[in-house]
Amino acid sequence: MADVALKIREIARELLDSEKVDVVIGFKKGTLPVMSEPTIIRKASDTKDLIWDATCRLNLCNYLTGRKDRIGIIAKGCDARNIVGHIVENKIKRDQLVIIGVPCTGMADKKVLSDLAGGEVTAYSEAGDQITVSGPAGEKTVSKADVLQSNCCTCIKRNPVIFDEMAGEPVEELSPDNRFADVEAIASMDAAAKWGYFEELLSGCTRCYACKNACPLCYCPTCFVDESRPQWVGKGTDPIDIRTYHFLRAYHCAGRCTDCGACEAACPMDIKMRAFTRKSIKDCVDNYGWETGMKEGVRPPLDTFKTDDPEAFIR
Amino acid sequence: MQEFEPKIITFLCNWCTYGAADLAGVSRFQYPANMRIIRLPCSGRVSPKMVLSAFRNGADGVWISGCHPGDCHYITGNYYARRKFTLLKEMLEHTGLEPGRIQFSWISSAEGVKFADVARTVISEVKALGPAKGMAKEFIMSQEVA
Repeated sequence: MADVALKIREIARELLDSEKVDVVIGFKKGTLPVMSEPTIIRKASDTKDLIWDATCRLNLCNYLTGRKDRIGIIAKGCDARNIVGHIVENKIKRDQLVIIGVPCTGMADKKVLSDLAGGEVTAYSEAGDQITVSGPAGEKTVSKADVLQSNCCTCIKRNPVIFDEMAGEPVEELSPDNRFADVEAIASMDAAAKWGYFEELLSGCTRCYACKNACPLCYCPTCFVDESRPQWVGKGTDPIDIRTYHFLRAYHCAGRCTDCGACEAACPMDIKMRAFTRKSIKDCVDNYGWETGMKEGVRPPLDTFKTDDPEAFIR
Repeated sequence: MQEFEPKIITFLCNWCTYGAADLAGVSRFQYPANMRIIRLPCSGRVSPKMVLSAFRNGADGVWISGCHPGDCHYITGNYYARRKFTLLKEMLEHTGLEPGRIQFSWISSAEGVKFADVARTVISEVKALGPAKGMAKEFIMSQEVA
């Protein structure tokens, strides 16, 4: 991936030097070995900080919302789909953007890596398709394909849908056998088991809101969690409030979520809250044939309708 | 022991189903009194927040009803609502709500008979499910001052 990083730096430097953009949004090395950090670069000399590896999990589209300047942004497949969403939702104008597309082969799951290292990862490096991590359990080298985030295993668009520059050769798209096996596994349980599954899933939540802060879709001026008259959801860690929060957060993303996995990547408690959003993604595919962010200028499913939409459940 | 009587929060659109409820009333159609009706301008006004809020405050069931598709007072409100309800119902049941606790219907203001029918069905289905366990938040209503 090193050549991709070099290419990204070269494009970013060129864009800043020629004053085509005011800022470039990208990733730099984080303070922890398995983490990268989103960064906004204004000077061509700082482009040397830009990196690209399997720790660039977050979604940079999150930093576009409402910006007024001209922006160069690095976008993997899912980020590019979110940028399309942002353009449709009038959060950014296409002509403000220079999109530096990066064909993506997936991101490494931070939980899997730390399990592999036997605790906190103290060193991380990548060479080709091999990832090496060190930790209490010593040094381990694995193939990246074995430590991918679960959303990367069911990715439908690894190459950016829109871009102005490309920082690498297009990669082969995945064709997963059954994209929604996880949703179907939950569907096969009875109501009590489903309830228990989500209770267990959310038991670690501390309501830190990292998931909504990392999500490019969460940009309401006042979030429903902060509304107090009426108060839709309590502030504490009452299990019902946690469940209400996660449910509503996911529902707000219905028909808009690109399954980028930024929520899970940001979660300090490693909660797999995509179990909520995955359901609405599947429902949008099944009921409306909708995939988010694949085409510019198409209204999202909850902002439009057909007179013959399915309604078997309505009396 | 007393028989379980469910509490069902009912969101009705002003122009159709609320009219149907009125018609059912003046026509003296009988149905059990387990419903707490909330009148809204349109079924499109129903937000998932309201539904969750109902359950969080102790409802055993929620019933949402509006105009038939094509008959919306605001022309398209219930078409948008229909998509919203599809995703809402699916996601609620995905996360462990028993099927039947949330119900939807289209009832025009001329269908007093259908209103009473659906009301009876909804109530008996929720009754059969029993009290909604674990869905309501235990609020701290008052505190003892020493």
